[in-house]
Amino acid sequence: MKFWEENKKHVYWNPYFGGFMLGLLLIATFYITGRGLGATGGTKSVVVATVETVAPKYAERSEYYGKYYDEEANPMNNWLMFETIGMLAGAFLSGALSGRAKFRIQHPKHIEPNKRLMWAAVGGLLFGIGSQFARGCTSGAALSGSAVLSLGGFITMFAIFGTAYVLAYFFRKLWLN
Amino acid sequence: MGPLTYFGEISTEWNYVIALFIGMAFGYIMEASGFSSSRKLVGVFYGYDFAVLRVFVTATLVAIIGLLYMGYFGWIDYEVLFVHPTFVFSAAIGGIIMGFGFITGGFCPGTSLCAAAIGKIDGIVFTIALFVGIMVYSWIYPILEPWYNTGNLGHIKITEWLGVSEGWFVFGFAIIAVVLFYITNLIRKKIKPVHY
Repeated sequence: MKFWEENKKHVYWNPYFGGFMLGLLLIATFYITGRGLGATGGTKSVVVATVETVAPKYAERSEYYGKYYDEEANPMNNWLMFETIGMLAGAFLSGALSGRAKFRIQHPKHIEPNKRLMWAAVGGLLFGIGSQFARGCTSGAALSGSAVLSLGGFITMFAIFGTAYVLAYFFRKLWLN
Repeated sequence: MGPLTYFGEISTEWNYVIALFIGMAFGYIMEASGFSSSRKLVGVFYGYDFAVLRVFVTATLVAIIGLLYMGYFGWIDYEVLFVHPTFVFSAAIGGIIMGFGFITGGFCPGTSLCAAAIGKIDGIVFTIALFVGIMVYSWIYPILEPWYNTGNLGHIKITEWLGVSEGWFVFGFAIIAVVLFYITNLIRKKIKPVHY
């Protein structure tokens, strides 16, 4: 059993199979809801809900939160919230079944764990700001947008990957030995 | 005919249950494809692992073709599907900021959630920082608002912008995809493998 689990640890799905399944899931999501998948929408709902609970006066005054304050009954926000909870459960299920679920920091050998965490924080921060500015992240804007041929989806997709390719050289020491 | 919720064939309560299951499938597929590993994800930028490109392009292609066919057969009302609105400036600048985030953090929001779900501390830190980033954005939103709304082209499709039919666009995209898969495979064989 242990040998079997050790063996499976790094065996991921064939990427074309994974892509095909993800494509089918996108089709099913559009068929059912008329919209695509998202990953930052649910996160944003949590932020909005937190700010509204902790500082309701601020939320009402703020231009940004004010937008959502009025749309409290907006079912779309809740839909993404439930979807996000599902994502966590689904990912955990896959990881647990393959023996990958455990607490650890993944980093190249020459990178200190704390350094890796610091850069992860920088990345998360930038993605938080960027995804709000672009009205969606890699899932909501790039993937789901492109699935219905949205021009903005393609622009965001090329901007994300293009920028990362341009910067890859400068950040190579973070990832390569 | 779909979309089911649009035509009121599914109640709101069931819609949330469905959201949970769709999310589960989304998380499962991403994790099983290796997207909970930052080192696998960034492989696409250094040429040692092209899983991101293969999964992403395949999924996009399958979804575009599938949805077009479903519209063609009358199973789905293609015209009412939500087309992500295009604001040229914010789509590009937001994407550039996210590109910075990708190469430094090694995740994007969806993949960081997957990593956090299986206990990767770097994924958890990324996700917490994502919350903070959204909060920071809300503080600077009044300053950014004019740029946020610049270059509004509405719910425009890339095919309208290029002036080609949807069929020809998908045909071209499919050919580009196959060429891309072939070339990246050659590149991967040339690059020193990275073990993680």
